[in-house]
Parts: sequence; structure tokens; C-alpha cells
Amino acid sequence: MRHARVAYNGLIQNAMDTEAGIQLEDGRIVEESEVTWLPPVEPKTVFTLGLNFADHAAELSFKEAPKEPLVFLKGPNTFIGHRGETVRPSDVTFMHYECELAVVIGKTAKNVKKEEAYDYVRGYTVANDYALRDYLENYYRPNLRVKNRDTCTPIGPWLVDKEDIEDPMNLQLTTYVNGEITQQGSTADMIFSVPHLIEYLSGFMTLNSGDIILTGTPKGSVDTKVGDEVITEVEGIGRLVNTIVGEEAFQTN
Amino acid sequence: MSRVKFKHQGIQQIKEGNYQPDQNLLEFDEKQCSPEELSFDVPVSGTVYGTLLNYKGEYAKLEPSMNEDPYKAPPKAPILYIKPINTHIGYDAVIPLPEGFEEVSIGAALGVVIGKSAKKIKKENALDYVAGYTIVNDVSIPHESFYRPAYKEKARDGFCPIGPWVLDRDAIGNPNELGIRVLINGELKQENTTSNLIRSVEQLLEEVTDFMTLYEGDVLLVGVPENAPLAKENDSVKIEIDGIGTLANKVVKEKVVVGGGIV
Repeated sequence: MRHARVAYNGLIQNAMDTEAGIQLEDGRIVEESEVTWLPPVEPKTVFTLGLNFADHAAELSFKEAPKEPLVFLKGPNTFIGHRGETVRPSDVTFMHYECELAVVIGKTAKNVKKEEAYDYVRGYTVANDYALRDYLENYYRPNLRVKNRDTCTPIGPWLVDKEDIEDPMNLQLTTYVNGEITQQGSTADMIFSVPHLIEYLSGFMTLNSGDIILTGTPKGSVDTKVGDEVITEVEGIGRLVNTIVGEEAFQTN
Repeated sequence: MSRVKFKHQGIQQIKEGNYQPDQNLLEFDEKQCSPEELSFDVPVSGTVYGTLLNYKGEYAKLEPSMNEDPYKAPPKAPILYIKPINTHIGYDAVIPLPEGFEEVSIGAALGVVIGKSAKKIKKENALDYVAGYTIVNDVSIPHESFYRPAYKEKARDGFCPIGPWVLDRDAIGNPNELGIRVLINGELKQENTTSNLIRSVEQLLEEVTDFMTLYEGDVLLVGVPENAPLAKENDSVKIEIDGIGTLANKVVKEKVVVGGGIV
């Protein structure tokens, strides 16, 4: 089953994917274009992996793959839903998308072993973890100015039940910019797999139901410009559509 | 007399009272008591952001290596991190000492509690966006390198005591001249003041909200002073901030914590 959170006619509600269309909790069936898409899980603690694909690490000039997962956290300000708009600040010269498999935790997890890790997963969604590389500095890198900006982490459209995905470690990741494929990879190439990440994180802290782990991106990150339509797709999980807008759209200057 | 908002342990709704800093007395419901007689819940519910290297002394310690690997240059923008929800505990709750560690470092931080959504605000009116102040213990496993995010050291269960209350903004004349003291088992281990901040509360709010929105209920820690004291098993830890009060917690081995502990 594929689940979503949407706003429709002034009401926020859960929805699910059916053959007839999107079925809202109140029974109405609507089109994808009629609803406002929200993040499929209200983000609480959200982990993100840096350098979790060897080819992407090499692309960023890291000679050696990391020995332990490089983990950072995101705040609620950065998340937007499917078909949302992401702001590109006017002074930025390199802002790239990152297509990622997002794992949603389903129950409290502490000191979980790899072998049991999938028992703690509720499902999966797609994230686009934009990075604004101009702002990179070497302190708690990558820091929040690069990775936790408002609107810079689209997520969705669907939360797909774990049972519907046979092998999350063998899914194609694809990014399209204005219809052209710009990034391709597979979750099979992660340095630290989903079970490994759950073991690692739950080994030093408690994971709660609804926590999300963004598992990192493969190579193929290119700059995006105002007006670009960026689609990040994870095989079997969904196509997440996002549009880059300028700061003037937010009247901040 | 200062207005405070707090939560009794186990009760969802927020309580209001008055705090008398000179006598360390809390008044509410026409009663008067010392904070030690009460059990408090975490008085905030938003995202808690910490700030690295915002005390002059802490910055000066790292400064000689800032032009070397891996840092290569001094930092330009505020360096932030998040203390996630599994770390949040209230006044008097125990700080779990993780298996395999003998000590934790005590990060005495002024917590600025946001009162309304703040995005690209200016320092001149930054305090308009502040609801009040609280005391936060930004507990860490001691670590030397600031190159990679230190969540394994900073995001452990119970590593962020907060409280006992949120003191109204207007009770503090200037948040940039507050004395901060850490006492371990009653002995003074650290003394500093927010007058040593590199970015003042207002400046920090301007620079942080330039790139991200802070929402009502979020807490921004202004930083942790240099030479953070270490606490070991069974130590009682108190952080005092002028005018705000005292945050008290005890360090207990993770394995021993039961009932009422977070682990």
C-alpha cells in the first residue's frame, strides 16, 4: 500500500493510492493534481547520510570511503512535499539535488542488530536532499547552512509499506532535470546498507516511530537553476517532483 | 519577581508562576516552594539547535589550528547542530552514562526560546521574536575534532536536560551579560558569562534566521563555554544562570536507569 498526507479543500488528511485515484480518509477520490502534497510522514528526528556511495564520495574528491557512517540531522523547516517549490538563493553558484531512498522507522529501536533491523522499518519514501555547496565549511561538515535550509528537502510523494518492497538494497535511483536523466545509481552500491545504518544509529541512541533516515546519494550531482523541474525517482517507491524558484518568489529581498 | 512557564511532571498543560531569583522560590497557585520540591517536565516542545564555537575562549582554543587540515580556514557562519527529541529530559531526570564511558562533558548553555516564526530577522528587533530563556545542559561524550557532525557524541538518550522553566524574556534586561556556573556535587567547576559570546544573542538570531526559519517553541543554544567540566557516575550536576534559575540532574549508568529514566 502507498500512503500520503495531503491537504484537500482546507483539510489535512491521510490518503492512499488506489486504481481509481487518490482516496482520502473521508472517502473522496481525487486526482494527483487536485491536492497539496505534504511530507508523507510529519518529520521529527531525520537523519541524513553523507558520502554513503563510493562513486559519489570519489566525485567529491574523497580518496577513501568513510570508516563509519557520516550522519547529520535536519530540522522541520527544510521539508516540503511532492510538487513543492525549493528556493535557490541568488548568491549561490552550485546547488545540486541528491536523489535518496528514505527509510521510515516503524517502532522504537535501541541496540538493534542488522539481522533484525527490517523489523523496525515501517516503509520507504523518496527524498531530494539539496546541497548548497557554496556554503560548505569544515566545521561539523556538512553544516545546517548547507543542508538545513528552508524548502531544501522535498520528500514524498508516497510512504510505501515495507512489505511491498522485496529488496530495498537493490533499487534504481534516477534523477531527471527538465526531463533529461542526470543521475543514475542503485541502492545496491551503498557503503552502509539500511540494516547497517539502523544498527549503527540505534547502537548509540533510541530511534522512534516516524523517524526518517535519508540514506545518501550516488554520483551525478549537477547544478540546478531557477525554473528547473527536478524529479527524483526511486524504483518501486515513487517519483518526487520539485521545482526550483528564485528568492523573489518569497519576497525576501 | 519574574514570570515563568513550566510543566509539572506528568501533566500536559503549561503552568504559570513567578520566580524569585534572590530567594530561589517559585510561586504558583498562591503557594510558595523551592524548585527542589517539585518535579518538572521539559518546558519546551520545538527543535533544539546548538551552536558551536560561540564563546571567545572556546574559539581561541581552536584558533591556532583553524588554518590547518581539516579546517583549512576559520568559520564564517554560525555552526549549528540539533539535539533531537531522544536527548530531551527535564529537571531532576537522570543523565544516562553510556556503557563504556567513564565521563560526560557538561555543556552549560543559555537556551533562547523562540516566541514566533523568525526568518531573516535583524538584530535590532531580534528579541521581539524571543519568548524567553531556559537553561540547557548540552551533554556530550568528550571529543576533540569539530570536523564532522558529532551526533554519536551529542545525540545520546538523555543528553539534553532542559528547564526547569521558560523565564519570560522581559525578566532579563540583557541576555548578553548573564553569569553561568556549573556545580558538580556542590563544588563550583566552571564560571563564565554570556558577555564572552562572539555573536550576541541578537546577532546569532540574525545570522541563523538568514538561512533557516526558527519556529515558535524552538530553542537556540547560544553556545557552550570552554573547558566544559566532566561528570562521572552518580555525580550531581547543577547549572545556574543569573536570573533564570538552576537546572539540576544526576549522572547514572545507563544500565542502572529504570522507571522514570528515558532508557
